[in-house]
Amino acid sequence: MIIINAMIEVFPVLMKGINITITVFIFSSIFSYIFAFIAGLCRVSNNRLVRGGTSIYVEIFRGTSLIVQLFWLYYAIPMLFDVGIDNRLAAGVLAISLNYGAYMSEIVRGSILAVDKGQTEASIALNLSRSQRMRIVIFPQAFRMMLPEFGNYLIQILKATSLVSLIGMTDILYHGNILRSTNLSAAPTVYLLLLVFYFIMALPLIFLTRKGEQISKRGVAS
Amino acid sequence: MVESVKESNSSNISNKNIKPIVEYKKVHKSFGDVEVLKGLDLNIFPGEKVALIGPSGSGKTTIIRMLMTLEQPTSGEIIVDGKNLWHMEKNGKLVPASEKHLREVRGDIGMVFQHFNLFPHMTILQNCMTAPVQVQKEDKESAKKRSIEMLEKVGLGDKLDNYPNQLSGGQKQRVAMARALVMRPKIMLFDEVTSALDPELVGEVLEVIRDIAKEGEMAMVLVTHEMDFALEVADRVIFLDDGVIAEEGKPSEVLEESNNERLQQFLYRFRS
Ligand SMILES: Nc1ncnc2c1ncn2[C@@H]1O[C@H](COP(=O)(O)OP(=O)(O)OP(=O)(O)O)[C@@H](O)[C@H]1O
Ligand SMILES: [Mg+2]
Repeated sequence: MIIINAMIEVFPVLMKGINITITVFIFSSIFSYIFAFIAGLCRVSNNRLVRGGTSIYVEIFRGTSLIVQLFWLYYAIPMLFDVGIDNRLAAGVLAISLNYGAYMSEIVRGSILAVDKGQTEASIALNLSRSQRMRIVIFPQAFRMMLPEFGNYLIQILKATSLVSLIGMTDILYHGNILRSTNLSAAPTVYLLLLVFYFIMALPLIFLTRKGEQISKRGVAS
Repeated sequence: MVESVKESNSSNISNKNIKPIVEYKKVHKSFGDVEVLKGLDLNIFPGEKVALIGPSGSGKTTIIRMLMTLEQPTSGEIIVDGKNLWHMEKNGKLVPASEKHLREVRGDIGMVFQHFNLFPHMTILQNCMTAPVQVQKEDKESAKKRSIEMLEKVGLGDKLDNYPNQLSGGQKQRVAMARALVMRPKIMLFDEVTSALDPELVGEVLEVIRDIAKEGEMAMVLVTHEMDFALEVADRVIFLDDGVIAEEGKPSEVLEESNNERLQQFLYRFRS
């Protein structure tokens, strides 16, 4: 009874943050994909400079902590350069997207390189141009290979959104923390419910990932 | 040996004042330290059917891959229909060909691969009509119509909407030929197109090649281990050994009358 009462008390508080969590998640996913595709394609470019520049970006963002990147974007850069992001949403989304975009660009690159060489050779024999080869032959096959991993990363991005509470965004974790600090005994209920919240939001993503795996299996065999 | 090559070349029926459609001039090709081709001189004439034979590793595949621009010669020139393939003129100097130049010159060349290399994410029909539409800017309806005709011709008119993984090896290879043929190449290259097939499927593919060969106007270079087939279809057989043309001439001359010892050894292995 006590637990149920507690839940009834906690639930609406967490619900106040759900909008922020979902907003950050949606924007971060979209921009992560955009960064991933741009960086992934740059990494298979013929141009050495483009390739080199992009791999610096990828290695820096993969090699350092997301939280620190977030703090840099929100606290340090605006102070250093006197311009920058005083918008929490923009800083949060940008940090998450740059970070996950870097990871996911490796999937884009790996998948493109994993397409059988014979496919490129056949398209050269049909005299397709370089960009047609990528657009019509290579990328569609690579894309199928990306799907399962892309699904997994969506789930990770969802979990990473909780970091934005650290720059004061009022997501579900933020509201949970506030509640706990005013009512210490609520801690177990708060964090149990938070887990449930994240898990329920992840369910459709888990389903999407499965779908992606199926499509991926169906598409590639020749 | 150079002498004998010249002789057999000039005795060739196709060589009467007709300009070659492909000329290899002193072409060398090395992979790392290994020199695979050591100054290849070879002319191919419009409509001519040439069979390339030779031991494994003698460079047969390399010869046709260089013509398809899949491999770059280390030195020497390849001329296609009067145009230099790997070099272009810029300010009066020969410079390495740009992608644009390569595309212009290789437009008349088609190739069929040992492992088919069909596009697995496209239907059979899409496999065939993509290049005419994208490369030759043919309108969709006409490309579709011609692709269907071509697929019917190779006996796959009932598979238009199937995907490659739903076909047998022999069927896949016939699609690959149709896909190359709708581009109306003047030169078609075949790299051991039956050697990845189960023996019972070889016949249907050879049948199609035989039909194409009969139509005549297209030059064909066939890398093959099917000696009987070479004898039947080719105008000229070239035996490649140790990076050079070791013997060439009419199929019957090369396959039945030659005294070249290496060739004899090579053929012996096929007959035993
Ligand atoms: N990309 C490459 N890198 C390194 N060596 C290569 C490459 N392609 C071919 N070679 C080597 O060049 C030589 C000639 O190869 P090629 O494939 O032209 O021979 P082939 O006559 O077609 O032989 P096969 O009958 O086995 O197909 C071989 O020794 C091969 O190992
Ligand atoms: Mg070969």
